[in-house]
Parts: sequence; C-alpha cells; structure tokens
Amino acid sequence: MKKHKVKVSLSDSQPFQAGKSNRRQFIKLGGASLAIGGMLLTACEDDDEMMPNPPANGEDEVFDLGSGDVGILNYAYALEQLEADFYTRVYNNFYAGITAEEQQVLTDLYYHEVIHREFFKTAISAAVSDSAQVLPELEFDYGDLDFSNRDAVLATAKALEDTGVAAYNGAGRLISSPDYLLIAGKIVSVEARHASAIRSLINPDSTNFAGDDVVDANGLDVAMSPADILTVAGQFITTEFTANNLPTS
Amino acid sequence: MNIIHFLDHFTSDELSSSKEQDKKSIVSRRQAFSQLGSLSKKLAMSAVPMGAAMFASSKVKAQSMNSPVQALQLALTLEYLEDEFYRKALESGVVPGGTRAEKVYMQISKHESAHVDFLIAGLGDNVVDKPTFDFTAGGAFDPFNENGVGQDTAYAQLLALAQAFEDTGVRAYKGQAANLMDAPDLLTAALQIHSVEARHASEIRRLRGLKGWIVQDNRGAGMPEATQPVYNGEAVTMQAGYDTAMEFGADAGTEAYDEPLSGDDAVAIASLFIVS
Repeated sequence: MKKHKVKVSLSDSQPFQAGKSNRRQFIKLGGASLAIGGMLLTACEDDDEMMPNPPANGEDEVFDLGSGDVGILNYAYALEQLEADFYTRVYNNFYAGITAEEQQVLTDLYYHEVIHREFFKTAISAAVSDSAQVLPELEFDYGDLDFSNRDAVLATAKALEDTGVAAYNGAGRLISSPDYLLIAGKIVSVEARHASAIRSLINPDSTNFAGDDVVDANGLDVAMSPADILTVAGQFITTEFTANNLPTS
Repeated sequence: MNIIHFLDHFTSDELSSSKEQDKKSIVSRRQAFSQLGSLSKKLAMSAVPMGAAMFASSKVKAQSMNSPVQALQLALTLEYLEDEFYRKALESGVVPGGTRAEKVYMQISKHESAHVDFLIAGLGDNVVDKPTFDFTAGGAFDPFNENGVGQDTAYAQLLALAQAFEDTGVRAYKGQAANLMDAPDLLTAALQIHSVEARHASEIRRLRGLKGWIVQDNRGAGMPEATQPVYNGEAVTMQAGYDTAMEFGADAGTEAYDEPLSGDDAVAIASLFIVS
C-alpha cells in the first residue's frame, strides 16, 4: 500500500474546514463507512483497499467508537485526547519568547483539555458494562509541526479549538440523553471561549475572535458532522479506529 | 405577546411539562422548525427581509405553546436586550473610536442583530414583543453617560454590563438545550448561537483584563455586585461523577465547564433591565 499522508497546512486560514482536505475524495462520508487513524492515513489510490481488512483474530481488532450516546462520548473523547495531547506538548516545552499572557492562556488550555479528557474516560467507563467499549489511549503524529514556532503552535491551537466547537455543535442533535447533552453544552462553550482567546492572541486588534470565517450572516457558528470532523482531525491521529455505528441524524 | 406576560409565565415547571405535549403539536412544531433549518440557508444566501410572513404557511397556534417555542422566546428576549445594548453603546460615543473595543463592539452588535432577526423569523406567530429596556437598571448604572457619570465610569460600566450579558447568554442558552431536543434543527441553531455568545464573552472578559473563562463563581475584578447572580452556581467541580478539581485544583476544574442557568434565573437577570 502506498502511504499517502495528508498534513495540515498552517498557512491556510481554515485548515480544518470541511471540503479542504484532499482526503475527502478517498472517503465515502456519511457515517456508514468511515475509518480513521492508521487506516485512513494510508488512503490508497485503489478504492478497494479503503476499508479496513477484517481482523485475522480478536487480538488486533480495530476499535469501533460504538453506537448511540456511547459512540458520541467516545467520539468526543477522541477529540479531547487530541487537544489534551497537543497542549501537553506545548506546555512541556513552551516556544521561545512566549509572552506571559500567551503562557497563561496555553497553560489554562492544557489544564482544561486534560480535565475534559479525564472526564470522558471516567464518564464512558461508568456508562458501559464492558471496559473494552471505552476508546483506548490514542497516539498522535503532528507531522512536521514545529512546536518551537509561535505562529505554528497558535495556528494549530486555533484550528483545534474551532474544530472542537464545530464538532460539539454538530453532535448535539445526535445525543439522546438530556444529561449528556447538557455536559456537551457545558464543554462546548468553554471550547468557544478558547477559540476566541487564541484568535485574540493571534490578531488582538481585530474582529477575529468571532470572525466572519466562522460566524455566518445569521450569527451562527460552525457545526460539522462526526464524519467531516474525523476526516480532518484524523490527520493527527495515528491509532486506528472506526466510526461505523455513530448516529447520523 | 406582551413581554411581561411572557416573563410571568416563563417558569421551569412549564418548560418541563413538554413531555405531555400530544403528537399533533409535536408534528406542527417539527414542521415549523424544519423550516427554520432551511430558513438559515436561505438567509445566508440572500439578504431578504426576515419576518413572520415567511412562516405564514405554518402557523403555530398559541395554545400549542410548547417548550421549544418558549425556549426560543426566552432566547429572543435576551437577544433583544443584547442587540439594543450594543447598538446604544456604539451610538453613545462612550466606546472610544478606532480602538480594539470599538471593533469588538461592532462585530458583536452585528451578531446580536442577526440573532434577533433569525429568532423572529423562526418564531413566526409566536414572536414576543421587544421590551422597553433601561440599561441604567433604575439608576444603578450609566453605561451610555446619559446621566453625566463621566466617560471613564460609563465606559467601565459599559464593559461590565457587556460581560454580564454575554456570560448570561452562554448560561441561558445552555439551560434551554434539553428543551430543544425534540427539534433537532432548532437545537443545532441554538448551539450555533450559544458558541458565538461564548466567543463574545471570552473577548469581552479579555478586554476587561480577565481570563476568557469563568473562575469558580467569581464575577471578576470591577464587576458590580449586582452582576453576581450571573455567576452564582458556576463553582461546580463534580461533573457526572468526575471530580474536575482532581487534576489541577478547583479553579481549573470550574473554568473547564460552564454551568447552565435556569429559565427563571435568566429571566430574573434580564428583568433588572426591563421596564415594560
């Protein structure tokens, strides 16, 4: 299989927007046939090789996020794992010349996203009867992202936060439990506060905190389906998993 | 519908009675909200005037009032308040021209105005009247320097009220989410407004020198005591059985989650600024 690794373009103001990823052409979106991670990152020129092969035995079975609310919780857990991992790397080795304000914001985001990650791990574990239904710890690869470069770090943070907002906004309607919907609501507004703050750090004297690139003419923020979100977030996720059973409407 | 009448009847009890709605009203509601979903696309494509006329074919009768409609009415009332506030703030001359603050206020004003139009269009016959607002809250504030408090004090109050309104908006929309579950298109739209309010709140707070997120239930430096109800109940550290203070302490744990406001509490806050 020929490796075809897609990287985020940091010079693109909207690196995560649906439709910009050239991987889309390889994937049948809609939730029924979505694979992510290692499988997805090895997208092939031959369509027949797109789907994961059935595991030869149970040992290396590819994890599926699951169905219903558990599937959505695992989906959110995957995104929070990504955000937490990213900010942990930022926090452990801040870029040179970081201002006190930037350090405070990025430290808070590291705290918040690790808390979100650990929360989902606990909440999902409590919701399922079999711990095998809890998404395992994922591994990530940021390609050639330069964590010592301020602009690269902040641009990636912006993309991750905007993606988080769009993901929760899009997933709200797929949740069937009012309690989980409320939890998602409690988290998404903090993600939006993050997105605003990061955008404000990048362009302080501007309207970018709630820019016209993310808020439409009706004053509505972006909402994206899990299929579209996983397509773009998957660029950083190297652990294979599938999302074949998520609710789609 | 008279705003006071609406506010008087806006209680959590009524909202939670939605489960008793019969199937017929749920069907009519779904029709109305599916139109809202398509409406948003139409509005984005063309600058057509928005209003109840677009919903003439799917009138939802007052007697079939249900929780999604009431949630939307509360949202519209809060958006009326924010829209008029930012409009008057920009007209007052209190916001210094050419500054970051002016750009921020103009952008937020644009969004709040769009939210009003969007919700009016979505509510159709169930639209609530715009209240008469008093942003001095009976003389407690003078955010537009109409009573001679001075530009500097007026400006500080103007920023403080903006923070209070945005943080209230975030919490109030969140409190209504469960009431919109039967209307997925409306829930999505409400979530899309909700996160925009959170973006606003973060920027206004940062303009005031605060963190973009709420720490414990602190209203923050320079916030009048009258705004404390906006923050009461935010110091929660247990989320679905998980102690969010465990990793990095209670400040970080509470910052990482915004808490909902009940309809009653949101109405009580808004009512401070409503004359009639």
